[in-house]
Amino acid sequence: MVYYIIHRILIAIPVILGILLLTFFIKAAIPTDAVTALYEGQVTEGEAAEAIANIRAKYHLDKPWYQQFVIYVSDVARGDLGESIRTRQPVMDEIGYRYVNTLLLTFSALAIGVSVGVLSGVLAAYYKDTWIDVTATTFSLFGISIPAFFFGLVLILVFSVWLRWIPVIGSGWQGLILPAFCLGLIEAAPLSRIARSAMLDVLGRDYIRAARAKGMRESTVLFRHALPNALLAVVTIIGLQVGNLLGGAFIIEVIFGWHGIGELAVQAIQWRDFTITQAVILVGAGTYVLVNLIVDILYAWIDPRINLGT
Amino acid sequence: MTALNRIPIAERDVQEEKLPLLQVRGLRTCFESHYGSVTAVNELDLTVYPGEVLALVGESGCGKSVTAMSLMRLVEAPGRIESGQISFDGRDLLTLSTQEMTELRGAEIAMIFQQPKGSLNPVKRIGSQIAEQFERRRGMPHAKAWKLAVGLLERVGIPGAAEKAKAYPHQLSGGQAQRVMTAIALALEPRLLIADEPTTALDVTVQAQILRLLTERCRSHQTALILVTHDLGVVAQVADRVAVMYAGRIVEEAPVETLFANPSHPYTRGLLNAIPRGNHYSESRLEEIPGTVPVLGRNPEGCGFADRCQASYAGRLNQCSTQTPPTTRIAQGHTTRCWIYHSGDAQ
Repeated sequence: MVYYIIHRILIAIPVILGILLLTFFIKAAIPTDAVTALYEGQVTEGEAAEAIANIRAKYHLDKPWYQQFVIYVSDVARGDLGESIRTRQPVMDEIGYRYVNTLLLTFSALAIGVSVGVLSGVLAAYYKDTWIDVTATTFSLFGISIPAFFFGLVLILVFSVWLRWIPVIGSGWQGLILPAFCLGLIEAAPLSRIARSAMLDVLGRDYIRAARAKGMRESTVLFRHALPNALLAVVTIIGLQVGNLLGGAFIIEVIFGWHGIGELAVQAIQWRDFTITQAVILVGAGTYVLVNLIVDILYAWIDPRINLGT
Repeated sequence: MTALNRIPIAERDVQEEKLPLLQVRGLRTCFESHYGSVTAVNELDLTVYPGEVLALVGESGCGKSVTAMSLMRLVEAPGRIESGQISFDGRDLLTLSTQEMTELRGAEIAMIFQQPKGSLNPVKRIGSQIAEQFERRRGMPHAKAWKLAVGLLERVGIPGAAEKAKAYPHQLSGGQAQRVMTAIALALEPRLLIADEPTTALDVTVQAQILRLLTERCRSHQTALILVTHDLGVVAQVADRVAVMYAGRIVEEAPVETLFANPSHPYTRGLLNAIPRGNHYSESRLEEIPGTVPVLGRNPEGCGFADRCQASYAGRLNQCSTQTPPTTRIAQGHTTRCWIYHSGDAQ
């Protein structure tokens, strides 16, 4: 188990280096020079040339790219994500609380998605071909088809405008409810599908029949004997879906005015603030790698047979 | 039910000194398919006494396993028990509520399956797969249940039981897995064990060990055992009585010595003739029963064996293919379902 975990962590290192390299080159891909963008039209040309040269030196933009990259990596390693080009504040200060907000949103959504998705999938499999199955399958089809931004607007319309239960843009936990449900229910849809098919497979296995022959109650058979075996497929999908969830969070945060890194990223792109854009992408990708590392470790914990793999 | 079966002492034979533990009457289990209803088990009568080993014999597809699952009321859709009576210790299992039946499974009637490794949950430690019965059925605390589970593993002959209890099924050999299954089945001390081909997947030496484990239990605890098998060698080794199944019906039932010495039904004779005699250098071809097992449900009338029967090939009996032969008693404890033995006053 320890060897397996170490192995997984070692594999993650080159992935993280790759991400750093990609984020590093983002500024090269930005159509306008950020420094130029910032000073354009605000100062005279002479002043601007000098100021631009100063800024280039400050951000090491005058050095060859490989030196810049080494500086960048060592900065990131020290937790220094640079300064925002627009606000001149350390990016870390801006991103820190927003990252917590985004994590709060994504994990609430994940909790809603996993509980609704897995439960409905399990019940749909157990009550296959009954109205329960048909209802669950229909709703998951909707969930898979509806884009997050549209579903978000529908939720606002129904719960904030028509029913007036929740303010459109709330603060604290009130502001969390709608975006979390929006993301969570959309996340639940594919999970429900996967849980259903995995459960159908497991419910046909000999050990389920054997559990019934032992006189286990149906609820025990379903949740203690069948579900742990079906969870493996579900956990795989959760790992992959976290990427969707983070991506979805970008849009949802803007729609619901949730101050997360997604909202920040959209603003940063509009401001052509490449340091913030870089940092948001770095943090997002890093989170994705971390979650999949956790998923890999969860595998070994759920299914004892996987241990022997690596 | 049991009261009616009391026979005056003078007429009882050895078996009937005890009251039967299980009495099956007219059991009929059908499967719905696209081609209509298929009867897998038909008019099945079966009696099992405490402490005896009853072998249920027949070739693949004859309904042995469906019979076993019917007794547990674990026939899965699209199959269902159509009619009959399964009287266990005076209670008709087919009239019990789902919950009463669940409580009875494992505690009164337990089952051992053909694929021991597939029948163990791959993500649970074997110790907890045994212990959960004590925890969930007897409300025992985990530590105590685990201790009992380790004790059971020792009793079924798993070396280093305390350590092995922490293992997962994929870490066991086939023989060990079947010992674990046996431990699970014996945990709540059931009075009836149903073993569905328990040794088919195992090699011969392990096979003998598992069979010994089961039969010893029958002798020591008066546990009854229904041994579902197609292996007549196993039958000869361990069974007290044998019921031969063909196409969903029991065609012959007899004490084991009688069956091997004096088989009456043409199908039983065919089966016994098909056993290799161990004469490796013999030039003669192994005898076989001509034809194939009938497709169930195609021929509801008549004897299921009629098409393959050597006796009817001789053209002796016309009713074979039109009327189902009744069960005829030809000797003490020996019944057969064949027109050859049927005369008007018999039965």
